[in-house]
Amino acid sequence: MSAGPVKGVAALKRMLWEENPVIGQILGICSALAVTNLVKNTLVMCLGLIFTLMMSCFTVSLLRNVIPRQVRMIIQVLVIAAYVIVIKIILDAYLPEISNELGPYVGLIITNCIVMGRTEGYAMNNKPGDAILDGIGAGIGYSLVLLPISMIREPLGLGTFFGMQLLPPDWTKWNMMVIAPSGFFALATFIWFVKAFKASEGKR
Amino acid sequence: MDIQSIHPLVIFFAAITTNNILLTNFLGMCSFLAVSKDLKSSLGLGVAVIFVSTFTAPLNWLAYHKLLVPFGLEYLQYIVFIIVIAAFTQIIEMIIERVSTLLYLTLGIFLPLITVNCAIFGCVLFLVIRQYTFMQSIAYGLGAGTGWALAIAALAGIRTRMEKKSKVIAELEGPGIALIITGIMAMAFIGFSGIVKIN
Repeated sequence: MSAGPVKGVAALKRMLWEENPVIGQILGICSALAVTNLVKNTLVMCLGLIFTLMMSCFTVSLLRNVIPRQVRMIIQVLVIAAYVIVIKIILDAYLPEISNELGPYVGLIITNCIVMGRTEGYAMNNKPGDAILDGIGAGIGYSLVLLPISMIREPLGLGTFFGMQLLPPDWTKWNMMVIAPSGFFALATFIWFVKAFKASEGKR
Repeated sequence: MDIQSIHPLVIFFAAITTNNILLTNFLGMCSFLAVSKDLKSSLGLGVAVIFVSTFTAPLNWLAYHKLLVPFGLEYLQYIVFIIVIAAFTQIIEMIIERVSTLLYLTLGIFLPLITVNCAIFGCVLFLVIRQYTFMQSIAYGLGAGTGWALAIAALAGIRTRMEKKSKVIAELEGPGIALIITGIMAMAFIGFSGIVKIN
């Protein structure tokens, strides 16, 4: 990060818009594309990511003075993996169908670059309190991108919203919206809108 | 159909085409977008991914079915898989560094990147979820890596040409247009569906 040490709530806020991990840094888009065809799955995924980010940023920050420099990456991955296992067990116990549908993507939170990016880029050099806020901010920033995309894809593709019928039953489903290619198009369009909006804001 | 009766060769082709790990499962997107600006490094990374996924898939199959399942420790799978992948890439990096400087410069520098590449990790998770046999997991690892390498090489080729010849809307430049091109590629790959099917 080029910006100087950002502390407290400011660390949380900048993640939502200026340094949004998905739009600004193009991180963590594997899951951003894969789970956004159903709002429910997206919500679960976002909550899972917020939890992982928060806890692993906190833990890594607590351990930052004990972790030897050379093995820091592997330690970070192990910390993240431990929390993802917790999420996986909770999901299996309380929401088995969703856990099944998400399949490997829950486990893939481990290799989600946002988490590694935050622990390596921020938590390693900052106090636990700030690290938690930074982690929550990054998680919410991620959700702010995924939820709108899923809210467009699910109604258009299946005519439903959160599993409930939203559009009239004779609505012609855009099958395109729930399969893979539209994920790419939806995210690209979203990035386009946000960048265009930022540019127009900059001119004013 | 029983998944264990599918011939490994079928799985290999399906992993490249209909179940391409990047275009249908969106795995390995981060390095895909970051590296695909240039054909040479894309090919280097592609080969490294093929290499690592071919070996880590059966290794993790062994770790899961011969170590975790007998002891009832399936819930530790994520940690074990990550450690196997990280250890493998580390060892290979050291070997390559000793054996050939040229190979190290073309392949070795990408190995640390691969440890956290979701394509490799996702490939391992898929082979556990789909309950592949040992032979099938080798085929799947090889196929998934090849499919990924194919996709990144194709995108890099298109991007280098595009940079010279076409004008892109300013707001879409970089990742935006790359995502759209990938979307079109994914649509083209849907044309393969029906040839082979594995899930």
